[in-house]
Amino acid sequence: MGKNIQASSGNRKWISTAGKLLSLVLFFVVFQLLISFNVVNDYLFSTLVKIGINIILAVSLNLITGFTGQFSLGHAGFMSIGAYVCAIITLRYYSVWGFVCGLLAGAVCAAIVGILVGLPTLRLKGDYLAIATLGMAEIIKILFRNVLDKWTNGAAGLSGIPQFVSWPWLFVLTVGTVILVSNFINSSHGRSCISIREDEIAAESMGIGSTKYKVMAFVTGAFFAGIAGAMYSSYFFYIDPDLFGFQKSIDILVIVVLGGMGSISGSVIAAVVLELISMFLQAYPELKMVIYGALLVLIMLFRPQGIMGSRELSLSFLKKWTGRLGQKNGGAA
Amino acid sequence: MPILTVNKLTKSFGGLMAVTNVSMELEKGELVGLIGPNGAGKTTVFNLLTGIYPPTSGTVTLFRDDKEERLEGLKPHIICKKGIARTFQNIRLFRDLTVLDNVRIAMNKNVKYGLFSTFLRTKSYFSEEKEVLEKSMQLLEILKLAHKKDELAKNLPYGEQRHLEIVRALATDPCILLLDEPAAGMNPAETAQLTEMIAWMRENFDLTILLIEHDMSLVMKICERIYVLDYGMVIAEGTPSEIKSNKRVIEAYLGEEMGNA
Repeated sequence: MGKNIQASSGNRKWISTAGKLLSLVLFFVVFQLLISFNVVNDYLFSTLVKIGINIILAVSLNLITGFTGQFSLGHAGFMSIGAYVCAIITLRYYSVWGFVCGLLAGAVCAAIVGILVGLPTLRLKGDYLAIATLGMAEIIKILFRNVLDKWTNGAAGLSGIPQFVSWPWLFVLTVGTVILVSNFINSSHGRSCISIREDEIAAESMGIGSTKYKVMAFVTGAFFAGIAGAMYSSYFFYIDPDLFGFQKSIDILVIVVLGGMGSISGSVIAAVVLELISMFLQAYPELKMVIYGALLVLIMLFRPQGIMGSRELSLSFLKKWTGRLGQKNGGAA
Repeated sequence: MPILTVNKLTKSFGGLMAVTNVSMELEKGELVGLIGPNGAGKTTVFNLLTGIYPPTSGTVTLFRDDKEERLEGLKPHIICKKGIARTFQNIRLFRDLTVLDNVRIAMNKNVKYGLFSTFLRTKSYFSEEKEVLEKSMQLLEILKLAHKKDELAKNLPYGEQRHLEIVRALATDPCILLLDEPAAGMNPAETAQLTEMIAWMRENFDLTILLIEHDMSLVMKICERIYVLDYGMVIAEGTPSEIKSNKRVIEAYLGEEMGNA
């Protein structure tokens, strides 16, 4: 009997994995068709790219700030490393392989800088760490502008970067990042990171080396930020150092906080919602930031824990939610 | 055979001597109490033994598997890996995580799969995760918290939170368990139950236990030996009956009534 139950739960797991896979493929094919038939035109596609990049940035920052509890204000710095490395490589080697190399090299370079920055700064806590990472991002920006200008063309920036990011690339990289980061969260390593957020002293006393896991989260986050940066430079074919300033780091943090610290699906939802809002507000350029800001204030007032809090969107969650809605409607009728 | 020897352990915070020349010895399988008035330095001794503070001077030596290891100055997570686990006086659970996750986290130090398996979910990820889950559930079942596995730690009643802290410490597979006021805030019935549980754990998990406690009914009932701390110094050491009749201890801590009893 016990065997039967195990088998059926194994089956159910299998079915749910297959279902998820199928819906992803479906999603991919539908958008591919929409793009092929030009229903999603270049303008809409650029919004889609921005959403994808923001998802990657937010999910990777959430790993550092939401799950591990290390307040980082330097995420745009890692993004810029990916962007510049990928741009410089693809400008030299104009081919898909050049792009693949640039993407990987950008991510790896960002991760290496993540180690170099993380080891000394992660012993700081809370707002001190935030200031240190902020300084780190500024240093990276200045390096690109003033010191490495032989390769980066200084403040004028790099232009004419070959464009390789198409829908398949965008889809694979974005979905891949979300899956890989969720895999990390739902592992012993991820649980160690979360325990540090919950109570660092208790985590240490339970045999969890907090420095190791903080650096691990920081480096993983930097790696994926590097990927986002590489995608950015490859799609928008122009980058300059000021694109990756303090403002950009704050934008990413806003997505994370709004979606919910410690919720991957929250980050994804917030990235989509915020980009759509800003797209619709495109029509009112003079009021855009006012309305955008007011919306942020309202969301924070009514949902200070963010859209998802620290929960994840799942089928059972949806069922509960729709069930509650149904009850409410029933009660009203 | 001693399992832990503490030799002249001293900790000063600036000019304040929190712990002065504390020496103690734990025999394997012993259940030892550490008592003393508030502020005597009991928790500081625990913090020194588990590496939360580095000692100013003195040594801590662990004898495990015929090996002799010095522990003073090591990081807490390394000391935990060597086999010393603890609970906290002011409960320090991972409050926003489930009961099951609290226990699973304590088992993380034994998990061997690396980052590659984590990201790509290889076979070793699944097999080890399954093992961790099974072991955690076993532990929760033995200690009667299995039915609450999906409850958030902060939503447990107070007594069960204390309980869960002990389970979490056990999950690290220790040879020495340090309990910091496990009965604090419990009513007499809960304390009696806890007393039984501690004795039972020692037998079944092959533990050496050092516990800080103010509840004398618990201490006198199960401790084989007691150290008494006052102003950071050991003022007495002995069996419960010796301690009860020790004049200095009565003066400093127990008071007349307990001494006469």
